Amino acid sequence: MKNNGNMTTLLKGILVENPVLVLILGTCPTLATTTNVAGAFGMGIAALVVLVCSNILISLLRKIIPDNVRIPCYIVIIAGFVTMVQMIVQAFFPALYEMLGVYLALITVNCIILGRAEMFASKNSVGKSALDGIGMGLGFTLALCAMAVIREVFGNASFAGMPIPFFEPFKIAFLVKAPGGMLVYGLLIALVSAVTRGKAPAKTEFSCEGCPSAGNCHTGLCQAKGEEL
Amino acid sequence: MNTTLKLAVSPHIHSGRSTAGIMRDVLIALLPATAAGTILFGWRALLVVSLCTACCVGFELLFNLITKQDLTVGDLSAAVTGVLLGLNLPANVPLWQCVVGSLFAIIVVKCLFGGIGCNLVNPAITARVFMLVAFGSMATQAFPTMVDAVSGATPLGGSVTDFSLTDLFLGLRGGAIGETCALALLIGFVYLLVRRVITWHVPVTFVGTVYILSFFFEGMDFDHALAMILSGGLLLGAIFMATDYVTSPSTAAGKIIFGLGAGLITVLIRYFGVYPEGVSFAILLMNILTPYIDAWTKHKVFGVGGKKA
Repeated sequence: MKNNGNMTTLLKGILVENPVLVLILGTCPTLATTTNVAGAFGMGIAALVVLVCSNILISLLRKIIPDNVRIPCYIVIIAGFVTMVQMIVQAFFPALYEMLGVYLALITVNCIILGRAEMFASKNSVGKSALDGIGMGLGFTLALCAMAVIREVFGNASFAGMPIPFFEPFKIAFLVKAPGGMLVYGLLIALVSAVTRGKAPAKTEFSCEGCPSAGNCHTGLCQAKGEEL
Repeated sequence: MNTTLKLAVSPHIHSGRSTAGIMRDVLIALLPATAAGTILFGWRALLVVSLCTACCVGFELLFNLITKQDLTVGDLSAAVTGVLLGLNLPANVPLWQCVVGSLFAIIVVKCLFGGIGCNLVNPAITARVFMLVAFGSMATQAFPTMVDAVSGATPLGGSVTDFSLTDLFLGLRGGAIGETCALALLIGFVYLLVRRVITWHVPVTFVGTVYILSFFFEGMDFDHALAMILSGGLLLGAIFMATDYVTSPSTAAGKIIFGLGAGLITVLIRYFGVYPEGVSFAILLMNILTPYIDAWTKHKVFGVGGKKA
């Protein structure tokens, strides 16, 4: 992961290391905000902005932040940006603000943003961290939109709130509910896994080196393989 | 004479039974129920069953072709899933929902998990639950053409006393195509027992548990308890779906635990649950527990001890 080109850094977040569908991070907003395409897109963009900003700032401060208190530092930085985004959305897109509700504030604890800070921004240059943030943010947005399109079109017979004519009698309301979301999520993970077979990174490449609980991990699975690398 | 030595893993003695043979027996055992459903609910019932069967076989063939796997439709398991799914639906179900249900049963539940033998849960029962939750398909139940539809309530929805035991036994009540006629289902059960396709353990303990618990819940009334086991999808589920080889335990003790558990969950859902139909959920939950039951009830192997290799 160290000598990759800038293009790879940018593009890997979209499919090969898609945060939602390959790294399985940020599942809570993924399931909660994908009942409507507009909401999913707004959520994706909001997370993208926070991710890029926090990645840049954390990368800038990576030599200053003491290792022992890095997680609280990251949280403070992320929460700052989330608050800004939240105020902007509330001021300019009140409908979206209503729709996302608590999930907008919950971007603070979104594992994607904290995960990228821990795994990438704290070890890489500012430029690369920004590219990583854009790539991961786009991957998150695309995954959310893909799920939302499936769930809204087939589950509610509408697209971004606009009803689709002639589709009403064939809707499967189940897909808009939580179990339906799980189902669509699982199927998309399977699809991405089938498409990227062989290309996706082995789990150890991104689990141990950035894993905050690596020190307490007694399974040995990660570490045994991590030593080989 | 062929003198080449052949290497093969055990078992070396083959009974001559094949998956296709067993599945053919199950299909034959389902014929009375299909016929009864057609007589009771009219030709549309047959159309629903045929459509589900065709879709299930078609989707499995399609999946095999797309993923370039060996064709597995020849083992008839997809056909059994299709017939069972059809029998689990009311006769007035919209036809496009049959297609979606078949797609779910075959592609999501069966093929994505690795095809026959690898599915965690029974495809037909999962599709029934899926359609119940997704479309509320069991909410508007079809009634046999010869029954006065005024009574409205299904045995489980209303009071069991609305129907006489004879009516319930012959299937003169609302419900899914294949679940109403107890007589036809019992004929299939006897056929499967005689052909040794299934053993008695799961159906008898399952139905027995429901009977005994219902007896207490219904205020010690034998007739009401009997009506409870003739209601809903209990017989169809206990005989044909809880006995699925893949998703039920393989030892006799395991099967008894499976039947007891399924019966208990059925009664609890019937008396305290939101959904009217407990049997599907009970079988589904016990399907998920099956690997653990199998692990608990594993036979002790003689002559084995000490450290494992």
